[in-house]
Amino acid sequence: MNVRVRFAKYGAVKFVGHLDVLRYFQKAVRRAELDIVYSKGYHPHQIMSFALPLGVGLTSDSEYMDMELHGAFTPKEVTERLDAVMTEGFSVTGCRVLPEPENGRKRETAMSLIAAADYLVSLKDGYEFPLDREAFYKGFQDFSGQETIPVLKKMKKSGEEQEIDVKPFLYGTGRDREELLSNTGAVRPPDVATESYQTEGVSHAERYENGRILAMRLSAGSANNIRPELLTEAFCLACGTEYNPYAWQIHRFDLYGGAAPDFELL
Amino acid sequence: MSEKQTFVRKLALSDEILLSVDKPARYIGGEVNMVMKNPREVDIRFCMCFPDVYEVGMSHLGIQILYDMFNRREDTYCERVYSPWPDLDRVLREKKIPLFALESQEPLKEFDFLGITLQYEMCYTNVLQILDLAGIPLHATERREDDPIVVGGGPCAYNPEPLAEFFDFFYLGEGETVYYEILDQYKEHKRRGGSRKEFLEAVAGIEGMYVPQFYEASYHEDGTLASFEPVNSHAKRVIRKQVEMSLSDTFYQEKPLVPYLRVIQDRVVLEIQRGCIRGCRFCQAGMLYRPIRERNVEYLKRLAVQMLRSTGQEEISLSSLSSSDYSCLKELVYFLIDTFQKEGVNISLPSLRIDAFALDVMSKVQDITKSSLTFAPEAGSQRMRNVINKGLTKEDILNGAAEAFRGGWNKVKLYFMLGLPTEGEEDIRQIAELSNEIAKVYYDTIPKSERHGKVQITTSTSFFVPKPFTPFQWVRMDTAEEFTEKRKLLSAAVKEQLNAKSIKYNWHDTDVTMLEGVFARGDRRCAALLEGAYRDGCMFDSWSEFFRGDIWQKQFEKTGLSVEFYTSRERAKDELFPWDFIDAGITKNFLYREYEKSRREEITPNCRKGCAGCGAKQFHGGVCYEPRNESGEVTSKECLLADC
Repeated sequence: MNVRVRFAKYGAVKFVGHLDVLRYFQKAVRRAELDIVYSKGYHPHQIMSFALPLGVGLTSDSEYMDMELHGAFTPKEVTERLDAVMTEGFSVTGCRVLPEPENGRKRETAMSLIAAADYLVSLKDGYEFPLDREAFYKGFQDFSGQETIPVLKKMKKSGEEQEIDVKPFLYGTGRDREELLSNTGAVRPPDVATESYQTEGVSHAERYENGRILAMRLSAGSANNIRPELLTEAFCLACGTEYNPYAWQIHRFDLYGGAAPDFELL
Repeated sequence: MSEKQTFVRKLALSDEILLSVDKPARYIGGEVNMVMKNPREVDIRFCMCFPDVYEVGMSHLGIQILYDMFNRREDTYCERVYSPWPDLDRVLREKKIPLFALESQEPLKEFDFLGITLQYEMCYTNVLQILDLAGIPLHATERREDDPIVVGGGPCAYNPEPLAEFFDFFYLGEGETVYYEILDQYKEHKRRGGSRKEFLEAVAGIEGMYVPQFYEASYHEDGTLASFEPVNSHAKRVIRKQVEMSLSDTFYQEKPLVPYLRVIQDRVVLEIQRGCIRGCRFCQAGMLYRPIRERNVEYLKRLAVQMLRSTGQEEISLSSLSSSDYSCLKELVYFLIDTFQKEGVNISLPSLRIDAFALDVMSKVQDITKSSLTFAPEAGSQRMRNVINKGLTKEDILNGAAEAFRGGWNKVKLYFMLGLPTEGEEDIRQIAELSNEIAKVYYDTIPKSERHGKVQITTSTSFFVPKPFTPFQWVRMDTAEEFTEKRKLLSAAVKEQLNAKSIKYNWHDTDVTMLEGVFARGDRRCAALLEGAYRDGCMFDSWSEFFRGDIWQKQFEKTGLSVEFYTSRERAKDELFPWDFIDAGITKNFLYREYEKSRREEITPNCRKGCAGCGAKQFHGGVCYEPRNESGEVTSKECLLADC
């Protein structure tokens, strides 16, 4: 059986890089004594894949990992067993059985499904920003409401900076998560209903006294991955202040499949 | 409310610092199986330190054993610290952030003890870095009542003298035995409100503990040691090393730490035995950890299962100085393969003699097309191997290689030393010739049609450094120039071989080796050298990118100490050595006998073939008490401890 596990990453472990998170989960699955499927050969590896790497320093409520298990586990069992072996800063918050692909079709990886992500961008305490809390939010509304939002993006292949318009890839904004969700409309459940389990959702986003926060939905995944840092930087420039990468805490609320504007829960 | 609920781990470093240094996960703690306690609710706070970078320090077994042992005590919280990498070192100094422990993230200065393990001489400047960054005065005698007690241990503590000024005391020997007694004494001392000096005097009364400030050294005009005497009535004249004699009924961690980062030893480590029967004359560990003591195979099986389950590690490594000498090795290894191979657990067996069993095991646990075969002949000629008492013959190597080649291997690694006592050009040349012969065995054994490309021989040499408590503690070490000459000679000799294209030759740096030689047999006067070099910026000397030979050179000039005095000087038989006040279990007489035999190119049989009378029998256990026949040989070589 194939399952998709959801987990949160926050606190001190935000400094653990993606490759180390991968190794961490390989060991966690063993500690949880989940009967995972191994590849063949002298160096068997676990059949496991992650949706979208989370950069060092970022926190998240919803990261996704797919894996193949021998035998039958209920999503609740998988969630509880894994969560029981987590260290501080990781918590496993849900699991869903993945539908078997239709005849002759290959299974889609979580990574290939990713279309959008919701983020919270917070100014950390101890860093200056020229606008107060209200003006900050108003300013962002004006900024994101423009016809075009030109930003300089470093191209993956050439390594050169190129000006692109991110407006088409910004699917919505809000003062906080609730406002973002009401502005963007509901995200639909997966096409094929399968057995699933989720724990009570608590957000692990860090909170700061200064209250300058922005919520946004951006295009994500292999096609047009727009990092929230890019938009934050452009906004800073528009406000006439320099962008300090250390000044902002970025938190991922969730990742979605589907296609704009019709997104689908993973 | 008790504080139990209120102690929240808060990182010592800001996000900005952590995001601006390499590998921030080195400094956050929080790893799998980390012990969390409320520091306010314990009596004793102990910080264990490995003075090198996290990835190296986290790979060390000894610290993990003591970490577990200390934390079993409710009154003690043992935490960890490693050397901050130079990038963070700069930030800590600039921003005046005191060095902190990984668990509570609180400054080292608030601890009762700082325990530093000394595994190699080239970490000595890092010891000073740790003390300095922690805000602890470098010199033990300058420490105040509320500074932590700084303890040293590990193999380099067997010649603690170059570091004597910087430590409050050294624990000589294995940690399992009297650490609890020390902690009990400390607790009592703290309750009474006793002074630092009183505590150190109490410690000096415990066997195996050396408090350097209670001793004074004087020197002859030629620079050699004239006397070394206690100047405090509590200090013992001779310090006897600590040995744990019941290795199947002692502390061993069931839940080892699992780091987030990929560390050097990224696996579960199972120590199967301590000590070695072989008696190689250059090997300090083989002399220091006598007598060999095996752990019960059932005990090991249970531990292996517990540790693999509690860590989720994909690999287990059997640790010992010579695994093939463990009497229940077969049973243990086949148990591990049967139990864990289906779960994708890899089994690694370093220090294994290549024979039919080894090849069978290796073919089961490794991909033979990728893995390589390792031999450590240490010397090229049989004459030289007799000098060092390395009981490995050319036939052993060639037969082992031939069998391995037939089994599908085509990569061989060979380890040798240059600069061994009495070494001549011919001995060096034979390193190249042996490498060549192994290649020839491949081409002779494996028909062309069955070869997977060329055979790959990697020949590596390190330079021999004489160590205390070995039969070679008297010998002259080569100079840097001599080392370089020898290395060039070997380079040229390798190129002359018929199969030169199949042999790759690697060698070590000479500068670092010379310094290692100085500290290995150094005395108290070396402290000034060390401190000066540290003050001028030396750190991480074992990392070639940070080694600053120029600074060390300047310090030798400044202190007037000579590299030659400590390294390339043959010692007289009756010279008083700086480490002679330590009773490491083996007698100086035995060591000298072995030294004389080496000069006659005579070998000494291993401990199971016959007793050489080294002195380790005084510990009442291990190989010294295994049953023997009339000719002195241990009779049963199979499973001495278990009923299997």
